[in-house]
Amino acid sequence: MDITLRHERGRRRLGALLGVMLAGSVVAACGGDYPQSTLHPTADFGYQVDSLFRTIFWWAVAVFVIVETMLMYVIVKYRERPGSPDPRRIHGSTLLEVAWTLAPAVVLVFIAVPTIRTIMNVTGDAPEDALVIDVVGHQWWWEYRYQDFGVTTATDLHVPQGQPVQLRMTSADVIHSFWVPKIGGKRDVMPGRTTFIAFTPDSVGAYYGQCAEFCGESHAHMRLRLMVDPPDDFDTWVRGQQAAPSEAVTLDADAQRGREAFAAVRTPGNHSCLACHAVEGLAFGALGPNLTHLASRSSIAGGILPMDADALTRWLRDPLTIKPGSLMPDIDLTEDEISTLVAYLLTLR
Amino acid sequence: MATAALTVDAPGFGSRVWSWITTTDHKRIGILYGVTAFVFFLLGGLEALVIRAQLAQSSADLVSADFYNQLFTMHGTTMVFLAIMPLSAAFFNYIVPLQIGARDVAFPRLNAFSYWVFLLGGLLMNASFFFGAAPNGGWFGYANLTSTQYSPGLNIDFWVLGLQILGVASIAAGINFLVTIINLRAPGMRMMRLPVFTWMTLVTQFIVVTAFPVITVALVFLMFDRTFGTTFYSVAAGGDVLLWQHLFWLFGHPEVYILILPAMGMVSEVIPTFSRKPLFGYAVIVYSGLLIAILGWGVWAHHMFAVGMGPVADAVFSSTTMLIAIPTGVKIFNWLATMWGGKLSLKTPMLFSLGFIAMFVVGGLSGVMHSSAAADLQQTDSYFVVAHIHYVLYGGAIQGIFSGIYYWWPKMTGWMLNERLGKTHFWLSFIGLNLAFFPMHFIGLLGMPRRIYTYDAVLGVDAMNFMSTVGAFIIGLSTIVFVVNVWYSRRERIEAGMDPWGAATLEWSIPSPPPNYNFTAIPEVVSRLPQWSDTEMKAIPTEPEGEIHMPGGSYWPAVSAVGILVLAVGALLESLAFALGGAVVLVVGIYAWAFEPFEM
Repeated sequence: MDITLRHERGRRRLGALLGVMLAGSVVAACGGDYPQSTLHPTADFGYQVDSLFRTIFWWAVAVFVIVETMLMYVIVKYRERPGSPDPRRIHGSTLLEVAWTLAPAVVLVFIAVPTIRTIMNVTGDAPEDALVIDVVGHQWWWEYRYQDFGVTTATDLHVPQGQPVQLRMTSADVIHSFWVPKIGGKRDVMPGRTTFIAFTPDSVGAYYGQCAEFCGESHAHMRLRLMVDPPDDFDTWVRGQQAAPSEAVTLDADAQRGREAFAAVRTPGNHSCLACHAVEGLAFGALGPNLTHLASRSSIAGGILPMDADALTRWLRDPLTIKPGSLMPDIDLTEDEISTLVAYLLTLR
Repeated sequence: MATAALTVDAPGFGSRVWSWITTTDHKRIGILYGVTAFVFFLLGGLEALVIRAQLAQSSADLVSADFYNQLFTMHGTTMVFLAIMPLSAAFFNYIVPLQIGARDVAFPRLNAFSYWVFLLGGLLMNASFFFGAAPNGGWFGYANLTSTQYSPGLNIDFWVLGLQILGVASIAAGINFLVTIINLRAPGMRMMRLPVFTWMTLVTQFIVVTAFPVITVALVFLMFDRTFGTTFYSVAAGGDVLLWQHLFWLFGHPEVYILILPAMGMVSEVIPTFSRKPLFGYAVIVYSGLLIAILGWGVWAHHMFAVGMGPVADAVFSSTTMLIAIPTGVKIFNWLATMWGGKLSLKTPMLFSLGFIAMFVVGGLSGVMHSSAAADLQQTDSYFVVAHIHYVLYGGAIQGIFSGIYYWWPKMTGWMLNERLGKTHFWLSFIGLNLAFFPMHFIGLLGMPRRIYTYDAVLGVDAMNFMSTVGAFIIGLSTIVFVVNVWYSRRERIEAGMDPWGAATLEWSIPSPPPNYNFTAIPEVVSRLPQWSDTEMKAIPTEPEGEIHMPGGSYWPAVSAVGILVLAVGALLESLAFALGGAVVLVVGIYAWAFEPFEM
């Protein structure tokens, strides 16, 4: 008896613990600023997926409550007690079997219909006037090419608020997956194939995303930001990206030396900046991110470091510690070369 | 044959070891499977704890990126192929012949061969850690990351070869158990009198022998790409990276049912026993198991909703996946109905079975959420899926297996496991798993992808990740309690007798542990629940009536298995000498095995 009581108490305590856990998680998930949350979409694609998810979620909650309540009821009600009679040996009931085969089938219809409707709506097809942006996945950074504007950039994806956008995506190496939860679901990005995401962002802001398909050593470091700009700001941004970078004459002495260091040919060849990176009018490397307007971005190194002098210095000093496996080699630059290079890179607005 | 004599006469350590190496007794092979798989389970658990320690906070650097990738690859590979599958195999081996009234499996030496191949395959795969080259491409090993261009080291080679070896073990065992269950049933043990665990074993083995060839093909392609420069998965040469995904998941989804159906079988034995009621809807439970196995072949592309297969394929695979919820739900309702009106004895095996139902429902419902292709675009490859698989595989398969362990332990050893420690194990494991895996739903919904070794504090998932890590360590603690229980109960040694639970099936009608011939006389079965039946089964005599012919020991299965290992090492080192040497050992082993006299 005593033991039974202790068990009852234990079970109640466990129930309370699980309750607190659940409540804690829900509270945590609802409040606060979650830049990569699937629960707070800001584009039509995301709204459709979110509404479908919520429909299924509440059905799941209902089924969960019914089944777990039945389970708890059975355990409490039919638990062996002193003097409980031997149970009747029932082997089954056709009526019940039919009933609980049909019940889940009916629930599934309520899930399947909106599912198929949503599938048809989120294929990645976009209206004629959509802004098409080519997205290329690389180990481990994202490249964007705005063919309409002749702009190539990386990591920060700028789109205008309220305009349909279509991402036309492929990979330069292995399989990646483009995922900005706030605009909607992810889509894999594969070598030899082209996949699409279409969305119309409706709120200005900076939203986080990152590669969702395991793509090798630094998969965790393949991040991105989606910058939804007001239409005017977006136009300004495009014009800024189209303009040539500051001419050499406007550079101060340090930056000028940095520019020379950037353009220098080193041995081995892949230790030269220009072997992999492009800066319009200076270098035409295509393996790494285009740096023409590096300083206008919010982050570097695939979105893991902020865009500032300190981070650039750390990155140039030791890229492989910051992003293991990266193609960017450790070039053994002198501290002086690093500081002049940083000074130069910061002028690339 | 000298070996057989040793088994009988000499109790020395060397000969005891030798008797295990040469054994063809399904019960001893079952124990070998169980112990080996449990060691791998601990290893996989240790890997999980390092993973969770690394993820306890954002931007941590306990382990390097590459080592983390090795850890999660080996955690997944180990738990699927080296822990859950062989833990189930331990019960197939030990229990199925007893449940059908047989003296052994159909091919006892093939059975030993399966075990040795499994052991050596598992060791080869894990030996990679000593070379700092453990597999690091994920348990799903997506092409073209696994190509020599993007994975030049030996890591993927260890994985490809290890999995192929394990496939040999699984297919050999699968055929063995199909034949055993169909052909070696005692008189009167009609198909619809088979215990549900045996039924689910039969269904599982059918999936094994049909699914493993598919992954073998995929692995051979990959091995050829890596070793001989073929281009099955090479985009530049016109190959297709999605070929791998289709082949892998065509195997991979049926594999999920290979992992869960045996646990469902165990739960279907435990619940009636501890409710003192026959299983409700026996036939429906059997048929729904079959239906799950069949439908399981038509859902593989639900792992690929994000690849952009097009709306028609997405809709079809969504629908077929949802259909699986029906037979699964039917099973759960039948278990509830079995308990309804019963007399529930909440002993440890029953607690784990109840835990299985409660947790499997959670995993099943999140599974329905994934089945919706459009909704899955947010969930796939996020921690939401990690939550789902762990509710299904830890909350489901492992809880079910522990239920089976506590249930059949007395039969296997002759002594009982301690109830108090068993209950402590259950509650710690139940609390730990919910603490570890429930927050992962939210971590995923808040945008954390899976398989990343570090994450940014800006995601806002630090607290929940910490909670999850604490839960994982509680699971670890619960497993230690189980080990302590085994040690303690072994010293306590409470005799089990033939039938400590008052259970209904045939294995409880003989001594614990059973003699090597199992049944003194092959029983004549007159009912589905022989021990509970009103029509008395003809009593099994306590002493055998005459000499019982049992298969003798043989070391040739183990020798053949070593041949396969050497062959694989040859492939790994690209050494023709090793490969030829392995081939010779294998061929000699198989011939000697074939010409060996069968009787002692």
